[in-house]
Amino acid sequence: MNAPLAPNSLRNLPDENGHFGQFGGRYVAETLMPLILDLEREYKAAKADPAFKAEFEDLLEHYVGRPSPLYFAPRLTEHWGGAQIWFKREELNHTGAHKINNCIGQILLAIRMGKTKIIAETGAGQHGVATATVCARFGLSCTIFMGATDVARQQPNVFRMKLLGAEVVPVTSGAATLKDAMNEALRHWVANVHDTFYIIGTAAGPHPYPELVRDFQSVIGREARAQMLARTGRLPDMLIAPVGGGSNAIGLFHPFLDDADVAMVGIEAGGHGVDTNAHAASLTGGKPGILHGNKTYLLQDEDGQITEAHSISAGLDYPGIGPEHSWLHEIGRVKYLPVNDDEAVEAFQLCCSLEGIIPALESAHALAALPKLAPQMDKDKIIIVNLSGRGDKDIFTIADKLGVEL
Amino acid sequence: MSARLSAAFAKGRPALVTFVTGGDPTPDATPAILDALVAGGADVIELGMPFTDPMADGPAIQAANLRALAAGTKTATIFAIAKAFRARHPDVPLVLMGYANPMIARGPEWFAAQCQDAGVDGIICVDIPSEEDSEIGPALRAAGVDFIRLATPTTDTARLPAVLNGSSGFLYYVSVAGVTGKQQAAVDSIKDAMDRIKSATDIPVVVGFGVRTPDQAAAFAAHADGVVVGSALVDLVATHGADAAEPVRALTAALADAVHGAKATA
Ligand SMILES: Cc1ncc(COP(=O)(O)O)c(C=O)c1O
Repeated sequence: MNAPLAPNSLRNLPDENGHFGQFGGRYVAETLMPLILDLEREYKAAKADPAFKAEFEDLLEHYVGRPSPLYFAPRLTEHWGGAQIWFKREELNHTGAHKINNCIGQILLAIRMGKTKIIAETGAGQHGVATATVCARFGLSCTIFMGATDVARQQPNVFRMKLLGAEVVPVTSGAATLKDAMNEALRHWVANVHDTFYIIGTAAGPHPYPELVRDFQSVIGREARAQMLARTGRLPDMLIAPVGGGSNAIGLFHPFLDDADVAMVGIEAGGHGVDTNAHAASLTGGKPGILHGNKTYLLQDEDGQITEAHSISAGLDYPGIGPEHSWLHEIGRVKYLPVNDDEAVEAFQLCCSLEGIIPALESAHALAALPKLAPQMDKDKIIIVNLSGRGDKDIFTIADKLGVEL
Repeated sequence: MSARLSAAFAKGRPALVTFVTGGDPTPDATPAILDALVAGGADVIELGMPFTDPMADGPAIQAANLRALAAGTKTATIFAIAKAFRARHPDVPLVLMGYANPMIARGPEWFAAQCQDAGVDGIICVDIPSEEDSEIGPALRAAGVDFIRLATPTTDTARLPAVLNGSSGFLYYVSVAGVTGKQQAAVDSIKDAMDRIKSATDIPVVVGFGVRTPDQAAAFAAHADGVVVGSALVDLVATHGADAAEPVRALTAALADAVHGAKATA
């Protein structure tokens, strides 16, 4: 597993300065810079430490419940009448999404660094819940920054975080959503660098976050690869994952990047349509810029002011994307497609009724790409969709969309 | 280093550096506020370029950024304000302060050329640390615009040379680990930091963040080449809006008296 990578491998970035091509980097205030360099050193040491790896893997197995199953979805396959559709079942993890994989890794790093306080940003509340969970498990204090708009639309997750012992700070600046929560978390961090560790929830932010989040989430792709080989004796033909900041997608994709025959598709949130102002498709509708510590594709105007994102899915409602995806987009290794709110809601319902699985709205975006991709492929082809989370948190949004009063 | 900036720090006493956000409360109101800073006795003017996501700012300057943007302030507006300022005040140094994305949106060369054309002496960019200098530093230096870096309480002695390398104009010492606003550093910590930094560089070093009153400014000025006041002035703009010029002049005058009278320790 730790065999050296070929020099032309697509898996050996970022470079030593945290760049993926022109993307990534460390665009942070000077106050944070020494801490970011510390984190990088500590992460390198942890990666080389068998005890760290053993503890991470033990927690993934016994606390998170890994490996997550790789499931063949027969009725959805039949419905679309083309390639076989398989699900990587991240929604079966403890706390109901892939987010916990990363939180386990980062809290172990925080403890190594002697930090006693944890902060995080959250949109839908999934990363907030996962962070609050690992803080409870390890007895560290936890503060979650969440946009006031999201606090209002994600009440069950707010209460979950509180039950787990976290303080939830509603952020009222800007549109009071995920981007503003991240701004506020960074402000808090700058003022508390001495004792505070920031658990970033996606594969974005200043180096080394995109790298370490990817590495912690790569368990998804490593498992999927081994499971597929064991079950079918071959690799899949296509991987599909939803892309918010990009952590579940890069986690699935990364271990396959050098498998030239495996196609990869990242699904961005198209909101009301990428030709409107109301979407969150930063690769399709944005251009490169600098925000939240990294250079990457961003939704912005001609002056470089960041524009508000929109998605029915709070977890995708962010105007940026992790820098490695910007790079994979530019070199063409991964295709990125937008899917609209309505298409995601339709795919959500179809998955419920055909497979008996209520997917997260984020994951439903990936499912919504199937009609565009699966029917054109032969029946012996294999698609893996990353079912990044379960949809319990979204039932209110769906009910609202369907005009049902709960 | 810009001749205007050198002159501002060669007056044999500490300099007063004042910050307001460009376009706050409206682009039309900004020129009179800048004139009030000059009339009050400010030695260096920092003009904030508004950004949607001012991550290093506390509530006062965040709100100022959003007011300015809501009033229609564009990058072109900021350069028009700067150019007109330069015409009215040929000798007063003017520095733009802001975040990376608006500065690189049309490419760093475009931005540096605009600075040069508008008579802007230097740039302070919050989120381009020395590690990412290539993003904008070479373009600024080629255009003769000073790149003013920030040092903070977390910048240790080992790191300081990297921060200083490529800095010019002055060095901005951020007195507290935190965002702009009300948090205040202890004077002793300023003195220690200044001793450390001054032994590593010859460029002027100013102290900012959390300085609000003439007394605080005087206490910091005793150990530095200059003191920056921002949020307290921005608060006056928030309170008085388009009529802010006179209160801004009055506070600036009180600050200037205090700073200019502070005995600099050699
Ligand atoms: C279930 C689920 N999937 C996907 C995402 C998007 O994040 P990322 O792109 O980092 O995987 C989220 C974010 O909240 C999520 O909760």
